[in-house]
Amino acid sequence: MKNKLDLYALTWRMPVIVWQLLFFVGPLLFMIAMSFFLVKNYRMEEAFEMKNWIKMTSRGYFWDAYLYTVFLASLSTVVTSLLAFPAAYGLAFKVSESTRRWAIFLLIIPFFTSYLVRTFSWYVILAESGVANAMLAYIGLGPFKMLNTIFGSIVGYLTLTFPLVIILQTLSLSNIDRSLIEAAQNLGAGRLKTLWSVTIPSAKVGLIIGAVFCFILSFGDFVAPYYLGGSKPPTLPILIIDTTKAGQQWPRAAVVAVVMMLTLMTVAYTAISLAYRKRR
Amino acid sequence: MTNHNKFTRRKFIKASGVAASAVAAPMIITSSKALAAPTEINMLGWYGTAEPDMVAEFEAAENVKFVPKYYAGGDNMLAALAQNPPGTFDLIHTDAEYARLLIESDLVDELDPSDYPMDDLMHEDFMQFPGHWNDGKLYSLITRYGHLGVSYNKDAVTREEAMSYNVFWDEKLKGKVGHFDWHLPSLGEISLLNGNTASGPFDISEEAWKAVQEKTLSLKPQVGGYFDFGGTFAGLKNAEMLAMVGIGDWVTGILERDGAPVSSVVPEEGGIQWTESYSIVSSSTKKDIVKKYLEYTISAAGQVKSAQMLGYPGFAVTNAGRAMLNEVDPKEAKRTNQVDGDPNDPVALIKAGRIHYRDIPKQQSLEDWNDFWSEYKNA
Repeated sequence: MKNKLDLYALTWRMPVIVWQLLFFVGPLLFMIAMSFFLVKNYRMEEAFEMKNWIKMTSRGYFWDAYLYTVFLASLSTVVTSLLAFPAAYGLAFKVSESTRRWAIFLLIIPFFTSYLVRTFSWYVILAESGVANAMLAYIGLGPFKMLNTIFGSIVGYLTLTFPLVIILQTLSLSNIDRSLIEAAQNLGAGRLKTLWSVTIPSAKVGLIIGAVFCFILSFGDFVAPYYLGGSKPPTLPILIIDTTKAGQQWPRAAVVAVVMMLTLMTVAYTAISLAYRKRR
Repeated sequence: MTNHNKFTRRKFIKASGVAASAVAAPMIITSSKALAAPTEINMLGWYGTAEPDMVAEFEAAENVKFVPKYYAGGDNMLAALAQNPPGTFDLIHTDAEYARLLIESDLVDELDPSDYPMDDLMHEDFMQFPGHWNDGKLYSLITRYGHLGVSYNKDAVTREEAMSYNVFWDEKLKGKVGHFDWHLPSLGEISLLNGNTASGPFDISEEAWKAVQEKTLSLKPQVGGYFDFGGTFAGLKNAEMLAMVGIGDWVTGILERDGAPVSSVVPEEGGIQWTESYSIVSSSTKKDIVKKYLEYTISAAGQVKSAQMLGYPGFAVTNAGRAMLNEVDPKEAKRTNQVDGDPNDPVALIKAGRIHYRDIPKQQSLEDWNDFWSEYKNA
């Protein structure tokens, strides 16, 4: 009976396991192996040499790019989460079920179009002679330099992650047991106290998962820091492109990618542990 | 009641079949030649070289179809060749410094110079262009070229100011100087500014290489970003960048044709030339038709198409090509100074010794230059 049950469970788990093996574990193992390969005459040759690891990790620009990427992704996560929260809160608590459904549908629509195209459209808005500066000029401000700056990169990251984070936060906040909020209010807690002591802790898992997704997407994004940040300075995804362009050094790019994967796994594991940690 | 004359289902099908055959037969007979599947020419080239504005006329005339695989940068071209089985490509469009590597790797066929109007080439260097020839044998046919120097926004920088690379350090351009994100042209230009003209900007001693690095690093506070083609294009178009290092008319020309206030000049310190050519891949099974295309590209009509190419403009390499360009599109000829007697005629600039052919570093490795480029971007 037990065996039968295990087989039944395994059958249902199989798609996930196969998917993970085919599209995550397999490529990851290949990428790790590739980081030890060598390139001769623009062709990769199987080898087990530490040359690529020594070469990349001994370069100052690699660590500069690493720290800058962590900084940008963290900044993006904080900014996106903070901006998304009021919107998600409003959708979860202040609007009707039907409005919330429509809002979520509208938040999904940006994903129908190419992210690259959406990013390029920011050129028209953020340029010094663009729409944003023209509007600011009406109230006597600017012009401000927005493209090819950290601000530009963050706008790009928001384009990529903002709708997704709002959706995740909204779903999480919507599922809070309302009686907990009512109980807090009945016991005399003010709005802020209720928000801080009841709402946020109750939605903690969803809020943290939203932030983790934001960090992961921003950390691995090439488009925003390249096109809106001006690659100044480059992030790790840009370094991967640079490395592959110069002599087809895919193994060195694999070193960068493995370091990125390790970082993301550490961040995701830590964040999820934090999300599910029980209050003492 | 007989049903002799009744139009039965069987009769209907029979009649329909006859009618359909009768209608289709002439088409099948008369157009069998025209409808023969076109021969596919698999081409490896820079973006734009196999677009309809370039190849449609040849495709129609010869019943061929170009199947392009576009690349950006010679390294990618070599990688595409290395990573695909022999016979994948028939024709390669490449830069001179990479054509040399194709020849060294025995990947392309020898060409017969007598098949092409070599005597009509506009400069004697073109007749034996470095990288296209090996041991006195021709392997790659020169087809177009362009010059890199200072590209600038005419509303912010005057032509006189742009005539020196020192303009990039001008205080008014702080944060408004962009780099095309490829080390060879940018570092080559700084090398020229440092006076490395005797043996060329790419054949420099270790001491001179250090000086190039120092000079390049001093430009960092002026730099607004590093861009690929799309970013360079957009940056210049919306005036986000007022001057660009490492490009030329191949980018500003497209914008200028649309009326944007941008232009490119070859400064007094000299400019760098990119030179493109076609080679027939040794493993191709369609060499005859590919050779025909090579003949077409260097014909006067082909040269005009190349000069007008929508992807990015290039100069004509033959006298006949220039003459026809002046005849059919005098505006473009004038815009690009391809007019005999023009002081900025690209051929005159070469003759005056102001142009240096782009090359890979001679005394350092390509990796050294690339490493420094990464460090510079992070500085």
